[in-house]
Amino acid sequence: MSAHIRVEGLRKTYRIPERDAGMWGALRSVVHRRYRTVEALSDVSFTLQRGELLGFIGPNGAGKSTTIKILSGILRPDGGLCEVDGLTPWRSRIAHVARIGVVFGQRTQLFWDLPVREGFGLLRSIYRVPEASYRRTEAELVELLRIEPLLDQPVRLLSLGQRMRCELAASMLHEPSLLFLDEPTIGLDAPSKLAVREFIQRLNRERGVTVLLTTHDMHDIEALAQRVIVIGHGRLLSDGSFEQLRAKVLHERLLVIDFADVVPSLAIEGATERAREGRRLTLAFDPTRITAPSLIARIAASYEVEDVHVEQPRIEQVISRFYDQLGAVEA
Amino acid sequence: MIAPYFAPFAARFQLTLQYRAAALAGFVTQCWWGALKIMVLAAFYGDSDAPLSLPQTISYIWLVQGLLALSYWSADPELIHGVRTGAIAHDRLRPVDTYWYWYARVAAWIMARAIPRLGLMVLMAGLALPACGYAEWSLRPPASDASMLFLVAISIGALNSAAMLALVGAGVVATGNERGVGAFFGALVLLLSGNEIPLRLFPDWAHTFLALQPFASILDAPLRIYVGDLSGAAALRAIALQVFWLVALVLLGRLATARSLAKLEVQGG
Repeated sequence: MSAHIRVEGLRKTYRIPERDAGMWGALRSVVHRRYRTVEALSDVSFTLQRGELLGFIGPNGAGKSTTIKILSGILRPDGGLCEVDGLTPWRSRIAHVARIGVVFGQRTQLFWDLPVREGFGLLRSIYRVPEASYRRTEAELVELLRIEPLLDQPVRLLSLGQRMRCELAASMLHEPSLLFLDEPTIGLDAPSKLAVREFIQRLNRERGVTVLLTTHDMHDIEALAQRVIVIGHGRLLSDGSFEQLRAKVLHERLLVIDFADVVPSLAIEGATERAREGRRLTLAFDPTRITAPSLIARIAASYEVEDVHVEQPRIEQVISRFYDQLGAVEA
Repeated sequence: MIAPYFAPFAARFQLTLQYRAAALAGFVTQCWWGALKIMVLAAFYGDSDAPLSLPQTISYIWLVQGLLALSYWSADPELIHGVRTGAIAHDRLRPVDTYWYWYARVAAWIMARAIPRLGLMVLMAGLALPACGYAEWSLRPPASDASMLFLVAISIGALNSAAMLALVGAGVVATGNERGVGAFFGALVLLLSGNEIPLRLFPDWAHTFLALQPFASILDAPLRIYVGDLSGAAALRAIALQVFWLVALVLLGRLATARSLAKLEVQGG
């Protein structure tokens, strides 16, 4: 394995024009422009190996999209080092973009008025893909994403889910080894989300495509990412597996017990009562202090238990608590 | 080499051709305007020694109307839309030179509107008018031996027009909207390309300047060749000047595009 992406100390600030509200503000801004400097990225470093699938998460405005735009060569950072496949994106733009695929979930790269197939053909010419290998790739992508029936429709008539599948195909027609996906599941219904996830997974597992994905949908992350980077205020807050992240943030698991008889009052070290409903008791416990089997064993020894299961806290909760802890959410 | 640029050209050309209703509506408007301009100019025409005869002027005006797309005053609507929505980011993700990519698209947009309208204008003003007995108000055939030179000159004129709009496009990208550049450019192109009044009908003292400035290379020079006002060596000199402006506009456009893109890379979409 070798590093596909290497980022060190990436910095990026934006100047945002500001003016006071109302007529007076508008007139004054003609004479004197006022700017506010916003730090989008203050210090971002990470390395991504070939074939890795990395999820980028963070609250809105954290710097996820800025990072993707820099890595794909659209934006130029103010400082720091960035190498993708040995190239600096904004210095060798043409060579660089020929080797990557990019999908922005909020935008379309397809040609609005053209039928999907014609748009693909146009991309083939622009990327100079040889006819033979193009035909093979296109056929594979069409089958994988099940877009055969859509090929003759103009892009503007596609539903969002249909369009996103076509976007994914469009981004892979030139067989890039690296794929950037900026919120690819945004606004999609459940079946479309599943289709998108399955496709990303297969690209990564079967073809070894390196994937960098941003999302707000924690199920995307849970289903896809082997590795998760949390970003907030333009800084890396955490980098590791999703399980590590979960463990780091919440030491809490839930044990749900259905008793055969009335629910007893329990006093067990490391476990606290969370809810009591009919004959069901929910206990919260810290697995580093008491393991689930020993907790169950202690309860079952003294009471008759009908059913037991352990629950993970919901990932949305995990993440929002994490953002809170780190002060990542914008004011 | 050229395929990555020719494909978007062809796609845009075909797509623009599809708007037949727009072409027809535009054509009707242009006929009205043409008739109006001809009547106004004819009213002022004495039997004086004007640099263009009345029949030459009439032919000139019908052709201007048919070729309106060449002296158009707005940047490529697709580019304007891209700037508004941020879709130009996708243009930067393509492994092509952004200037030529945009140039190809705007050239297709210009040509696909000019060619069918010019065809209709030749049918209307060149064939239908004489057939209905209005021969003196009609579009005359090109001056003798001028056909080939005119074809060359008008082709370069179209390329010049695209280069001009590519330059305007760079301004749109830099300022983030089309209004400022559009208002400024619109006034210039209408007056200086010969669109409003044939440049030869301006006062004598202005002729040298008017013939040399770049907008004349879009429309006025080819039309003067058509009506026979420029022929032989003078026509060849005019074509050489057109080529000079084409090269200059492309170089300037590339510079301006590079600068606006650099700004875009720094400030974000």
